[in-house]
Amino acid sequence: MSEHCIIIGASHAAAQLVSSLRQEGWEGKISLIGDEPNLPYHRPPLSKAFFVGEKSEDELLIRAADFYEKNKVDLLLGSRVTKIDRDAKQITLEDGAEISYTKLALTTGARVRKIPFTGSELAGVFYMRDLNDVKQTHKFTAPGKSAVIIGGGYIGLETAASLRKIGMKVTVIEAMSRVLQRVTAPEVSAFYTRVHTEEGVDIRTEAGVDAIVGEKHVEGVRLADGTTVPADLVIIGVGVIPNIELAEAAGITIDNGIAVNEFATTNDPDIVAAGDCTNHYNPIYDRKLRLESVQNATDQAKIAAKSICGKPEAYNALPWFWSDQYDLKLQIAGLSQGFDQVIIRGDSEQGRSFAAFYFSEGRFIAVDAINRPKEFMMSKRALTSGQIADPLKLADESIEIKDVFN
Amino acid sequence: MPLIIYKSHDGSTQEVHAEVGTSIMQAAVDNGIDGILGECGGCCSCATCHCYIDPAWVAKAGEPDSTETDMLDCVLEPQETSRLSCQVIITDEMDGIIIAMPESQY
Repeated sequence: MSEHCIIIGASHAAAQLVSSLRQEGWEGKISLIGDEPNLPYHRPPLSKAFFVGEKSEDELLIRAADFYEKNKVDLLLGSRVTKIDRDAKQITLEDGAEISYTKLALTTGARVRKIPFTGSELAGVFYMRDLNDVKQTHKFTAPGKSAVIIGGGYIGLETAASLRKIGMKVTVIEAMSRVLQRVTAPEVSAFYTRVHTEEGVDIRTEAGVDAIVGEKHVEGVRLADGTTVPADLVIIGVGVIPNIELAEAAGITIDNGIAVNEFATTNDPDIVAAGDCTNHYNPIYDRKLRLESVQNATDQAKIAAKSICGKPEAYNALPWFWSDQYDLKLQIAGLSQGFDQVIIRGDSEQGRSFAAFYFSEGRFIAVDAINRPKEFMMSKRALTSGQIADPLKLADESIEIKDVFN
Repeated sequence: MPLIIYKSHDGSTQEVHAEVGTSIMQAAVDNGIDGILGECGGCCSCATCHCYIDPAWVAKAGEPDSTETDMLDCVLEPQETSRLSCQVIITDEMDGIIIAMPESQY
């Protein structure tokens, strides 16, 4: 039988996988199956440039349509895989069609975590993950209208900034004591709370949601303290969960995501996985990670392609992230979880530019750089190469950042 | 459509006709040119689309803004004509532009 690689999930990882497979010399057939009708598209702009209408749907595409044509990819979009039969090496589609593979790639990503609030079925209540979600949202956005965002994470805050840009009244409801609590230091949370407040957003922390209220259309969000915040639009952004069910049903090992080794390969040597859906070991942090990021999707897909092509190479990439809100460009290198010391370079209490360097037991582990591209770039390199940084020098702005990491 | 000539670190070239209004980075990604990564999708956040504009074409490519300048200051092997290719938008005047790529984006 001739070689056939089937990719399930038309995601960031899938777009990279197609390209890398051809670059690594895969001459067999490639099929890309996705349950959305779209070619792989950039998701980060959904809460930002696409949300406010600065980017069109076409501009979201990771690679133009003719890329897939040139690379001879069979596209099965708007199509869902219902079963993987590993013994027969074939997959089954929703319509019953069976397709055989020699190699299988799972790039199924993640889906939003849904919370069964009373009233979450009302018109004007949305989760944000897919292009279609955001297109629906657009019907409910207009200057002067009110929006409530449930969840003060990156998606919630980015959406808040976008809604302000449109001219809406915005309230952010966060259950924890500060926004971004799971991912940043208190100084960074305080900074984002200050900026959002300056921009006119009402941030409510330690606020529980009792119910989303309204007749047919949402009218407000009732909080646990009994107050109701008026809303024409409610957006819920409380995290994502990996899409593992298809793999699990096929007997692929699951461990907080699809378990893959350093070669992005599952317990089945003919099945690889990449991106948000995977759980993998990271040698830089010496622990298993399930990352929700473009970087991981892209880099792990390259590793998966190499494995498929019989040129295995171990995954060893530094996680990095970004978030754009208002005039703030946040660039994050590394993972700050488990930090015991934070060094601030610049002034987080005034202005809009500083960097927070995270340390754990004296070791530099991550940076949040806000309008500080140099700090980000130098930290990213230092974290990758294991360069040592002196905390005292990092805090001293009279020393050029390039001279700190020497 | 303007012709863009991408020159790899090893000297090999690839020619691409790209639409006006798209970026040098996007045209590379759409054509599977692997010397330019563009991980952030073009929002000037990652510096994995670093390139060198052929000196004869620098003026036509425009000027980098302060964020791009700061990022370029910290890329591997910066040169006088370094740019982040996601910030260079293709115009009709760029027909024939030569874009050299660094050995590595990391």
